[in-house]
Amino acid sequence: MAQIRPNNSRRKAVRYGVPVAVAGVAAATVGLVPALASSGDPDLPKISAEELVTKMAKADVDHLSGTVRISTDLGLPSLPGGSGGGVHGPGAQGEDGSSAAPDASPANKLAELASGEHTLRFAADGPDKQRVSVLEDAAEYSVIHNGRDLWAYDSAADAAWHSTAPEGARGHGKKSGGEGRAPAAPTPQEAAKRALDAVGKSASVSVDGTAKIAGRDAYQLVLRPKDAPDTTVGAIRIAVDADKGVPLRFTLEPKQGGKPVVDVAYTKIDFGRPDAGGFDFTPPKGTKVTEGKPQAGEARAHRSPAGLPDLSGLEVVNKSAGDWNKVAKFDTGMQGGLGDGKTGGEAGQLLDRFTDKAEGDFGTGRVFTTRLVNALITDDGEVYVGAVTKDGLVKAADRDARR
Amino acid sequence: MSRAEAPPAGAAQHPAPTVGALWTLGLFRSELLVTFRRWRTLALLAVLAAVPVVVGLAVRIETRDGGSIGGGAEGGPAFISQVTNNGLFLVFTSLAATLPFFLPMTVGVVAGDAVAGEAGAGTLRYLLVAPAGRTRLLAAKFTAVLAFCLVATLTVAVFALVTGALLFPTGEVTLLSGTSVSFGEGLARALAIALAVAVSLVGLAALGLFVSTLTDSGVAAMAATVGLLITVQILNAIPQLEAVQPFLFPHHWLSFADLLRDPVYWDGIVKNLGLQAAYTAVFASAAWARFSTRDVTV
Repeated sequence: MAQIRPNNSRRKAVRYGVPVAVAGVAAATVGLVPALASSGDPDLPKISAEELVTKMAKADVDHLSGTVRISTDLGLPSLPGGSGGGVHGPGAQGEDGSSAAPDASPANKLAELASGEHTLRFAADGPDKQRVSVLEDAAEYSVIHNGRDLWAYDSAADAAWHSTAPEGARGHGKKSGGEGRAPAAPTPQEAAKRALDAVGKSASVSVDGTAKIAGRDAYQLVLRPKDAPDTTVGAIRIAVDADKGVPLRFTLEPKQGGKPVVDVAYTKIDFGRPDAGGFDFTPPKGTKVTEGKPQAGEARAHRSPAGLPDLSGLEVVNKSAGDWNKVAKFDTGMQGGLGDGKTGGEAGQLLDRFTDKAEGDFGTGRVFTTRLVNALITDDGEVYVGAVTKDGLVKAADRDARR
Repeated sequence: MSRAEAPPAGAAQHPAPTVGALWTLGLFRSELLVTFRRWRTLALLAVLAAVPVVVGLAVRIETRDGGSIGGGAEGGPAFISQVTNNGLFLVFTSLAATLPFFLPMTVGVVAGDAVAGEAGAGTLRYLLVAPAGRTRLLAAKFTAVLAFCLVATLTVAVFALVTGALLFPTGEVTLLSGTSVSFGEGLARALAIALAVAVSLVGLAALGLFVSTLTDSGVAAMAATVGLLITVQILNAIPQLEAVQPFLFPHHWLSFADLLRDPVYWDGIVKNLGLQAAYTAVFASAAWARFSTRDVTV
């Protein structure tokens, strides 16, 4: 009857060792593989910051496809039931605050990218053909630009959005970004370009070692604010492909430290010509198609890739200040501002939790803080916004009030 | 493999290796028959087959007058808004609808019952008297459970395909990325998705088999396995537990949808396969360690 009672205790211990060992190996694999993959920054020849910036500016890549991972953490308080909206600050609300009925237009979608983590796929074949897809759970949102057509397709809602560039505007990709990123692609390239355009002159630019991004060797370019005591930006890091000069990763670190506020990085990149079929889109039978106005659609789609606050169109109150200390102002026309927190019961408590009181020559108001952008809402209904500290905002508001 | 661990006393009586292979096959076949001839198994499959039919009819009735599915993008299982345009999407909708609970629950029942049920019915000791070896018996049981995973998934897929083809138009398939492929390629992708879903259930099958070796009560093993499934699914939905979620076996289950992207996005699928492989290795070997050393007294 050895079949029915085969055991002695030593053998038992040995056999139970097998699953334990297997679990150990599995755990070790999970722990070690990423560590091994990220270890060892590549050895690259030294390069000066100027050379690297030039290399980046000269980079001319027509064909490219890749996967981009975006994570944005502005440190917004999570409101009950809220989806972390309003990331663009009050500026965005004035623009499309009335978009209650969501359609498949890119503007609505790209706004969603400004908070949380997202995976995007990007493909470009010359200036006339690009596509960006936002990968969602069991769904996908794609923006496809092919010649004069700009399509957006939302598979979850089975809805499409279409706009046509006006006659004569062939290759309107060129007009919007040089490298032909027509659908406002929130790629590391676009983010890096905007950052350099915005603050390149007033930052100390240096090369800080190397890194391996998406399996490619890259130099790390670091931009630090110069003469900007009030800014909340700690540093901007751009990993530039050592061979092609293409930015592979863009991170924006806040001055207060911690995890980057914005982190846009390729996890996979391929410089070959992407499959041509991916740029053809015909709306499937039964899909509802919204025709969009090309100009408006484009302007909105370009608003702020990668969650970088785009403050164009607002009045900059301290034009003399450095790029980093700029503060923008607009008037909500809402007399009384947000109130003083004592009046409104529950609303007042919320107000107290999410904002701080501030006062100065401008009067009194409340400051809404995030890890990067702060906003001062005065009791006169004026709003000052900037990537500066609370003190910086108050100073700017004072200067504006004395004007 | 069982040759290497021949039990000390029974070794002499073991048949020659060729006969051993036949034995394994015969054992596997009899396990398969035992599993699929059960009324309970057939009832489970019937429930699974009913899901796509019900979903298909509901969508058909709701969109009878040309309206769209209420609620638009929100609510309802994935892909449901595409079903009216292409019946093939009913396959994906049904799999997405059954994958969180229905499908794994049936697998939990079958896997949980595999060993404990025999022990509870008093038939396990007779199975062990046959010179097959415990390892081989367990392997045959596990294979039968895996076969059930595949059959259960295919049942959902095939009934969904037939219902979808009858109730809705078919034709070119628009993938999630907006590109269109022929119906044939759509079918091929549907088959790949069914396989991916079946493989997703393997980790749970191994877990259920392990639970099944712990007890002599079939009902207890089934309840424990299904309870574990529900617990893990709940943990998987709590945002605060984000750190551990990638290690829960259902975490990448919905990655099968990535097969509908163009080009296919492999990251999630590969992660799912790795996770299922790890769960299978750990719990199948734990089941083996337990089953090959335990006292079988009933």
